[in-house]
Amino acid sequence: MAEHLMCELSVPGRRGFQFPDSDVPEVKLPEGMLRDDLPLPEMAEIDVVRYFTRLSQLNHSVDTGFYPLGSCTMKYNPKINEEAARIPGFANLHPLQPVETTQGALAMMYHLQQWLSEIGGYQATSLQPAAGAHGELTGVLIIRAYHRSRGDTKRNKILVPDSAHGTNPATSAMSGLEVVELRSDDRGNVDIEALREHCNDTLAGLMLTNPNTLGLFDENVEQVTGMVHEAGGLIYGDGANMNALLGILRPGDIGIDVLHYNLHKTFSTPHGGGGPGSGPVSVTEELADFLPDPVVGIIDEGDESNNIPPLYGFITPPKTIGRMKAFQGHFGMIVRAFTYIRMHGPDGLRKVSEYAVLNANYLLALLRDHYHVPFDRICMHEFVAEGRWEDAPEIHALDVAKRLMDFDFHPPTNYFPLIVHESLMIEPTETESKETLDAFARTMIRIAEEARSEPEILKTAPHKTPFGRLDEVKAAKELVLCCVPQFAR
Amino acid sequence: MFTPHTKDDLEAMLETIGVASIDDLFKCLPAEHKYHQLDLPPALTEMEVLTELRDIAWANDTAQELVSFLGAGAYNHYTPAVVDSILRRGEFYTAYTPYQPEISQGTLQAIFEYQSLIAGLTGMDVCNASHYDGATAVAEAVNMAYHNFRGKRPKVVLSPAVHPHYRQTVRTYTQDSDIILSGDQGEVDLKAGPEALVPLIDETTGLVVVAYPDFFGRIYDFTALAEAVHEAGALLAVSVNPMALGILKTPGEMGADIVTGEGQSLGIPLSYGGPYLGLFATRQKYVRKMAGRLAGETVDNRGQRAYVLTLTAREQHIRRDRATSNICTNQGLLALAATVYLSLLGKHGLRQVSTLCYQKAHYAADQINKLPGFELWSGQFFFNEFLVKCPQPAHEISDHLMEHNLLAGYPVGKDYPGMENYLLIAVTEMNTKEDIDWLVSGLEEVTNG
Repeated sequence: MAEHLMCELSVPGRRGFQFPDSDVPEVKLPEGMLRDDLPLPEMAEIDVVRYFTRLSQLNHSVDTGFYPLGSCTMKYNPKINEEAARIPGFANLHPLQPVETTQGALAMMYHLQQWLSEIGGYQATSLQPAAGAHGELTGVLIIRAYHRSRGDTKRNKILVPDSAHGTNPATSAMSGLEVVELRSDDRGNVDIEALREHCNDTLAGLMLTNPNTLGLFDENVEQVTGMVHEAGGLIYGDGANMNALLGILRPGDIGIDVLHYNLHKTFSTPHGGGGPGSGPVSVTEELADFLPDPVVGIIDEGDESNNIPPLYGFITPPKTIGRMKAFQGHFGMIVRAFTYIRMHGPDGLRKVSEYAVLNANYLLALLRDHYHVPFDRICMHEFVAEGRWEDAPEIHALDVAKRLMDFDFHPPTNYFPLIVHESLMIEPTETESKETLDAFARTMIRIAEEARSEPEILKTAPHKTPFGRLDEVKAAKELVLCCVPQFAR
Repeated sequence: MFTPHTKDDLEAMLETIGVASIDDLFKCLPAEHKYHQLDLPPALTEMEVLTELRDIAWANDTAQELVSFLGAGAYNHYTPAVVDSILRRGEFYTAYTPYQPEISQGTLQAIFEYQSLIAGLTGMDVCNASHYDGATAVAEAVNMAYHNFRGKRPKVVLSPAVHPHYRQTVRTYTQDSDIILSGDQGEVDLKAGPEALVPLIDETTGLVVVAYPDFFGRIYDFTALAEAVHEAGALLAVSVNPMALGILKTPGEMGADIVTGEGQSLGIPLSYGGPYLGLFATRQKYVRKMAGRLAGETVDNRGQRAYVLTLTAREQHIRRDRATSNICTNQGLLALAATVYLSLLGKHGLRQVSTLCYQKAHYAADQINKLPGFELWSGQFFFNEFLVKCPQPAHEISDHLMEHNLLAGYPVGKDYPGMENYLLIAVTEMNTKEDIDWLVSGLEEVTNG
């Protein structure tokens, strides 16, 4: 069932696309600067279309089935988003056009900045970061710059809970800070005593995910943010889990100073097979001057009485950490998120989070008698169960995950968070129906039974997918990363 | 709209959970901050939102309605219909990172094809699954070189002709590290070629970064520079516009150790600056130092050839604070766009479009160079973009021509103080001879008037 590669499908002399002939006098190409060979395929249009269409059919996707991948918020991506981003007035806009010719795009960015600030409870927002991890780096650089701007050079320590996503410690290390891991208590909250030990004048900040990666709302969050602030530190909020809080609670209101959003999770921009993401960052008034360069602002107020609209443009924040990437952000994702928020309004957004949390708790209720749930209390938009049983010692979470594929379900996230053994992190999202959740739960329960009665069927799963388990060791050992042989010359 | 719950569903689900209302699920949240009424505009239906979006878009003048010669890192090219029709397949765009290879072979094999195509195009051994854009790809190259030498070679020589946004991004990424950036602070003459960077390379230098074509469109053979860099024990990174590699000698052939680039030229819409595609390729011996995702070939337990994310032990989810980069994604869908684009155009199509860009740009440069008061600054070796010295400030010229729906180019004075009279002009296959002649006459009129 494996598909051929293009280097095998290519036939010398075939062409898939023709450009018009040149309409200018010919000039000689620069001798000595030309390449000899161009190793690209030679295929007809139909071959290319069939090849990629067939490849696409080997994927599981939100459009084809339930995708409860914890911490990734695999909600339905409305089709209107795709139409919106392709409107020629957005898709064909050059990033360096004079701002007078891009007022629509700038107004849209300005409003999305305002809306995200409102949703999170902040003063200002940058839309520039390209992804969640990029937003994290932005946020941590802001925290560092803030301390430095006050002449406070001692603050080099950043606390990261042991339940945090791997990007959190990697980000802090990348920004030159010392990462200190903070343990969780037995209810899955930040351990207050452990935190107290670190609350001193070397504390730059704490990276907090709330709801955390166990899907639990930290019950002591205000105590945590209070202690860090008292010690002179700042709180970075990982907004990966904002899908639980829209219209419910604003992170800015509970002491989180910087927050990144994932437009590709919470605001329905598609995941694209692993990107593009978009990771805007919101900050409190105190930190607004440190945002990346540029932000969108009003550069001329206009005159309402004379029907002269305001003029939007780019502004460099006075103490900016600098530019995080070329140009002004993933505008295509900004259009989609704008569309999504515009179609929901305040009540619709609240309903998104209410139903996301409802769906997760419903699944939790259906599964808790069959799977061990290490931190069993009302969850937010996701929860973590364990894929192991004392009476099925050879079965691991991985086996449960692989078996689920036989029933057309994408498995939950497994082996994360690291503090739970054999974890299965389940995030149904609000867009799934009761019937889908019921069917998924029935399958999970069946697999839990199989784990005891027919463990072999789990160990050898998946059976009904186009591909079976892969030899990952061989891939890493032989390291074939490109098509061999090369294209026929 | 996007939530399927009926009233009956709600009641049944709440009963199963064992709570009376949805509010009960949020009991442990601090009451005084709960349910803040968001100040957002009320919801619109799909019909209404589309009308509003079209109104907003109408307030923009696009690069296709205008006659555009604006480039400077983002280019107006034609995208064949096939590219978007593949991109719009839900199986591709609504999937996530291929963590479960058994049900993600479409994405994985496409990444593997992308890696093969980009490695071949750049003349390098290996290529990762992509970074965010051309700017962050350079920042990752700086990071990689620093870690390659374990911090013992902290100096980076940056050519001043690398895109200003890329250099600014590198500065942001390295602001709190002991990496020392040099070369773009007036140390070398802008007009000079790559040989001017050689005196800046010393035993503390870990990386030299140049662009190909450079920000001013110029193309150089970096072979001699690569030799000098290697003699000093450092690495050479070349930031490319892949469109130029349809005809030009590859950085791999010249001896580059790392090739980064902005892949937007390969079938990705301008989209006001993003999302674009960060290319990143290197030599086999540095593959373990490279950040970012990689798809590798293997077999499944049925003996079928298949693909999987590999060398993941380099990445943040395993190494946490010991990872050299926090990147945990790629530009999946844009890498797919570039893959489909390169597959469809193939050997002949890419050579053809690359040649068209070259020919048309050279025609335009020749015509402009003949105008009184205008002078071609970029010399004769450039790809599809060139810098011209104008008889008056470039932004005045571009503002004036804008009134005639002509985007004449990018005035570089903002990024290069003292060069207020210089205009950067890009030409692609989208520009007809008629467009070019119109630009030339426009420039002539403005400066005579």
